Amino acid sequence: MADTAPKPGIAAGRLAPEDYRANFSDLHPPLDSHEAAVEADRCYFCHDAPCMNACPTSIDIPLFIRQISTGNAMGAARTIFNQNILGGMCARVCPTETLCEEVCVRETAEGKPVKIGMLQRYATDTAMAAGRQFFTRAAPSGKKIAVIGAGPAGLACAHRLAVKGHGVDLFEAKSKTGGLSEYGIAAYKTVDGFAQAEVDYVTAIGGITVHHGKALGRDLQLASLVKDYDAVFLSMGLGGVNALGAADAEAEGSDDAVEWIAELRQASDPASVPVGRRVVVIGGGMTAVDAAVQSKALGAEEVTICYRGPQSRMKASAFEQELAQTRGVTLRTGMAPKRIIAESGKVTGIEFDHGGETVTIACDQVFKAIGQTLEARALNGAAATVELAGGKIKVNAEGRTSMAKVWAGGDCATGGDDLTVTAVAEGRDAAESIHRALGAASH
Amino acid sequence: MANLASNFVGIKSPNPFWLASAPPTDKEYNVRRAYEAGWGGVVWKTLGEDGPPVVNVNGPRYGAIWGADRRLLGLNNIELITDRPLEVNLREIKAVKRDYPDRALVVSLMVPCQEEAWKAILPLVEETGADGIELNFGCPHGMAERGMGSAVGQVPEYIEMVTRWCKANTRMPVIVKLTPNITNILYPAEAAKRGGADAVSLINTINSITGVNLDNFAPEPTIDGKGTHGGYCGPAVKPIALNMVAEIARNSETADLPISGIGGVTTWRDAAEFLSLGAQNVQVCTAAMTYGFKIVQEMIAGLENWMDEKGHTSVASIVGRAVPNVTDWQYLNLNYITKAHIDQDACIKCGRCYAACEDTSHQAIAMSDGRVFEVKEEECVACNLCVDVCPVEGCITMVQLEAGAIDRRTGKTVDPEYTNWTTHPNNPMAKVAAE
Repeated sequence: MADTAPKPGIAAGRLAPEDYRANFSDLHPPLDSHEAAVEADRCYFCHDAPCMNACPTSIDIPLFIRQISTGNAMGAARTIFNQNILGGMCARVCPTETLCEEVCVRETAEGKPVKIGMLQRYATDTAMAAGRQFFTRAAPSGKKIAVIGAGPAGLACAHRLAVKGHGVDLFEAKSKTGGLSEYGIAAYKTVDGFAQAEVDYVTAIGGITVHHGKALGRDLQLASLVKDYDAVFLSMGLGGVNALGAADAEAEGSDDAVEWIAELRQASDPASVPVGRRVVVIGGGMTAVDAAVQSKALGAEEVTICYRGPQSRMKASAFEQELAQTRGVTLRTGMAPKRIIAESGKVTGIEFDHGGETVTIACDQVFKAIGQTLEARALNGAAATVELAGGKIKVNAEGRTSMAKVWAGGDCATGGDDLTVTAVAEGRDAAESIHRALGAASH
Repeated sequence: MANLASNFVGIKSPNPFWLASAPPTDKEYNVRRAYEAGWGGVVWKTLGEDGPPVVNVNGPRYGAIWGADRRLLGLNNIELITDRPLEVNLREIKAVKRDYPDRALVVSLMVPCQEEAWKAILPLVEETGADGIELNFGCPHGMAERGMGSAVGQVPEYIEMVTRWCKANTRMPVIVKLTPNITNILYPAEAAKRGGADAVSLINTINSITGVNLDNFAPEPTIDGKGTHGGYCGPAVKPIALNMVAEIARNSETADLPISGIGGVTTWRDAAEFLSLGAQNVQVCTAAMTYGFKIVQEMIAGLENWMDEKGHTSVASIVGRAVPNVTDWQYLNLNYITKAHIDQDACIKCGRCYAACEDTSHQAIAMSDGRVFEVKEEECVACNLCVDVCPVEGCITMVQLEAGAIDRRTGKTVDPEYTNWTTHPNNPMAKVAAE
């Protein structure tokens, strides 16, 4: 049992083992086959279905749901994977309430959309549990493509290229494949090592060689990559963190939310992850919610999300905000951070400007979730230059950058909205573009 | 307060809901539970002649089809008549009738097509105090192979003959149960009447295979890798039963023949529909087999409530009310012109009406920006398919064009006069020739 007296400061093991199990269990337990059949039957098989149009990867949702309802979950999985090879992760992390389920006609009609995400998970889980692969590689093309970053965009791109018969070297700076699926998604959204299982499922196509510990600008240079490969796809995400710009940001207990979430995801036991007794999260997006909810799940007593702007501008979806609130997190808006207060080098509180008034919240730990940036040095340190726009790599509709032979997608490129599903669509479409370009070049 | 008391060919029951001759009425134990639950009457599961009882299969006896959430829509059975000794059944019938004198108790019978066989069993049944007999000329499986059940029911002459034997050998009312596995229900109904039947009951079950096991390619229900056609019943057969009841009720030769309506009665509404099409009571089986005997309480309360709301005081006052409105196609009013109308406030924009009309009908629905679906009156033939596929009840309706309005499809003015095919100029058999 955990100590009955709350541990001061930042500490691990705040809770009893059963509390950790409960707090880090599957956010939405999967549907069983009967539940899936009943839910699938709710789909109206709409003409020119709004859900399909709302999906960044354009999955044929009415078709896959009808396949589930007729007992053909494998066929449903094929329909999903045809458009989105990371359909399993997207089923878990997509903000469906602002995508497919938001436009479901049953949402309009009765406020209860068909549970598209849950049905997608049912289908993809069925296929993945059976180890069923739906793609075979085309004859080897002899072409080699370097994919930089093994997150959703990189994996989707690598898979589609492999299907076309191309050889892929997939370079990843970290020690595991998966990118944000592995390091960034809240633990309760992807339990039981799903991220790695998905990586294995995707790379099982063959023709993809993963190289870990290889970072662009450090171990790899773009100028040499374009010489050594027929094409390069950049999908290394956003490695940098925005600066808070508040004094004393370096005190002990002032932490980067993304890094901390990654640490939690990689921990073998959540009980070993320290968290403050009173936590303040600065930010208004999904990362802020993930850090806040998981702080609470680790036993923090008071967790407050402080967002600079009004609630209407928060990037976290209404569902995420509600999740935070039902898990006991306080949301405060109009809170501009002024100063982190520290004593003896440890955080003891944080000061905000709240409409001209100074508000102080006492806390042991401050998480900064104020957005990430592209580490452009890695790109432009090489002789070659890649044009940026708004701090991201500028790409056209099919993912081409300003530099010959170089494509980009995912969070590091323009045009996306920092969603897994969008990254998958961009990776897939860039692969198609690369394939077309390579075909044209060889003629 | 509506009075549900029923008098069917002299057999009285507190309500018009009887359990049909079927597995639920095979034993004293079940029948007592049924009466306690509120059933007005019971038709005891079919008795055969004295001697070694029939045997049933020891594998599955039922197959089913299901709708969403595994709602049972249709049931099929290959169970035979009672497989218990005749004297046991007779003893139990007597005991039950003695304890429930106010409830109807009719005994279903099926013996070989010989007068001696019927002469032998009728007095035994009479002695139990049962209120009447029902001749099982309907079962389509098993017994038919032995020259009984639907094998008799498919030959009008046999129906007439056996009915006559029964009328000659018992004082009890004789109800003849008809099989739907024929081409025209009027032939067996008329034969029953000629034989002197007091009433007919219908429909018995329909020959069916509920499905095929696609692993071993065997029909369902499967007995050791083989299957046989069984009798289909439940909600799925109701439309077929309603039509057959109506055909008998509106046929001049059989219009005065009392009918006990059977086939998919699941709710009070189903019962009210059978009554309005000419049935004087209803018999129920699948609903009880699906939900248990308590289901009758909904039927009783629902029928009472509807009768009270509509001011119908007795069951007899409902019986046959819809019969005058059942007609032949040739008499339908060709000047009755309607157009589909979509209530834009109720529409949830699923587009099913559009897909159905555009792909399979008359291209009479337009889809425009913002998923707005509107009827093109100049194309709409009022087929009703959009109404039928719309998931929102009441969203799409058929609106009648008033006399004097222009039908934009034909360009003609709507004529207020009734007209039908019999006088239509395109009809080569028109009774009044066009000028």
